[in-house]
Amino acid sequence: MRPFEYRRATKPSDISAADRIIAGGTNILDLMKLEVEVPAQIIDINPLGMTEISEIDGGLRIGAMVRNTDCAADARVRRDYPLLARAILAGASPQLRNRATTGGNLCQRTRCSYFMQPEARCNKRDPGTGCDALHGVNRSHAIFGASENCIATYPGDMAVALLALGASVEILGRTGTRSVPIGDFHRLPEHQPAKDNLLEPGELISSVTLPPAMGGAQIYRKVRDRSSFAFALVSVAAAITIADGRIRHAALAFGSVAHKPWQDPAVETALVGQEPSLKLFAQAADLLVGKAKAQSGNAFKIPLLRRALIAVLSEATNTEA
Amino acid sequence: MSCNPPAKFTVNGMARTYTGDPRRSLLDFLRDDLGLCGTKKGCDHGQCGACTVIVDGRRINSCLTLAIMQHGSEITTIEGLGEPDHLSALQRAFIKHDGFQCGYCTPGQICSATAMLEELAQGWPSHVSADLQHIKLSDDELRERMSGNLCRCGAYSNIIAAIREITEATP
Repeated sequence: MRPFEYRRATKPSDISAADRIIAGGTNILDLMKLEVEVPAQIIDINPLGMTEISEIDGGLRIGAMVRNTDCAADARVRRDYPLLARAILAGASPQLRNRATTGGNLCQRTRCSYFMQPEARCNKRDPGTGCDALHGVNRSHAIFGASENCIATYPGDMAVALLALGASVEILGRTGTRSVPIGDFHRLPEHQPAKDNLLEPGELISSVTLPPAMGGAQIYRKVRDRSSFAFALVSVAAAITIADGRIRHAALAFGSVAHKPWQDPAVETALVGQEPSLKLFAQAADLLVGKAKAQSGNAFKIPLLRRALIAVLSEATNTEA
Repeated sequence: MSCNPPAKFTVNGMARTYTGDPRRSLLDFLRDDLGLCGTKKGCDHGQCGACTVIVDGRRINSCLTLAIMQHGSEITTIEGLGEPDHLSALQRAFIKHDGFQCGYCTPGQICSATAMLEELAQGWPSHVSADLQHIKLSDDELRERMSGNLCRCGAYSNIIAAIREITEATP
């Protein structure tokens, strides 16, 4: 690990544009040990509080420093947003969830193995050096939204659920606060893969807000190489309501398939107003994966995502095979 | 706001102060500075759980947090749970059920399981809980909740037997 200066924030304005923020530390310390992250200044935001989950406008506001464990265990989250609890519980290990925070989880970095090896070429870690993943081992990489500069995926589970639930992210900067839909928070790599999300230097996530719960079926399905403590190969988050035998509302989000949690409004549009059936679900899944583009080593993700979506829609609507 | 401020915290009830290089992990501080070598370094990347300790009642990976970040914390290591002449109930159960072979992962397993039993008592759900509200205890629940602790000897079945003895003894 490279040397750095450490300070404890006592108020948000202590954070300068030159600081790298540490919250739970479970991702950044790992990357600092690998010398993938080499910050000169670290600011610890643990003293800032932001650990409350409060009710607001019929929804919930989750403070940025709420630990993943506390969010998943919260009675209101379990009752009204089971999708969020399920997604958090599907990620990492209990020890990591006890430290990991809501804001930090959104800011976690890709697990692309070339990004994590300083000796490999990586435009995300060292802009302009190239991408060894393009022609390397890329079974975990993107099938949507990749560029010739970067094919890495956003690896998290929580943000995928938050996207399907229509959450927003509150960001605190030196000039005030702004709120952005979670779908706009993470970005695609395009020509700037080093930038994971739209946080500017010195900015801080202060909270995540969930709109009022919709009820209905909420399902998070994570497909991975082993059944616990592994990142997703693909994941599907779904919030579905049915009225009069037809799909009234369908919110879907997909994880580990792009540089950001992925959404496709056309797929949701194809489902809304229709009677649930396997034929309908297959059409919707075909619409989704029809736009996918495999890398050299991850073509398996396309039928995997197709089957995962059909299975989730069937479960959410009690549609038998 | 000073640079590299001292961190004051307790380890197994004793007051400690850390004032060194901010790069020191809590794990290295416990082992190298305090000589509490029960806590083990396995992967040093939060993947194996050998370094698990209990901070403010929560199990965490001591390799993925800094000593300087522990200001105000109460830390418990395996040495704080029990010693050869006064073992904790879980330590006795691990011996009774042969819940280890080489023993390297064992302090982490026992710290992890000790805090896990408290999580169960609080009614926290897990990935395998069929119902998020009412947790039905099963071996699958215990396995999922212990998935942050690897055992390369493969003593898993006996680890689960040792933990089950405690959960069955607790009403």
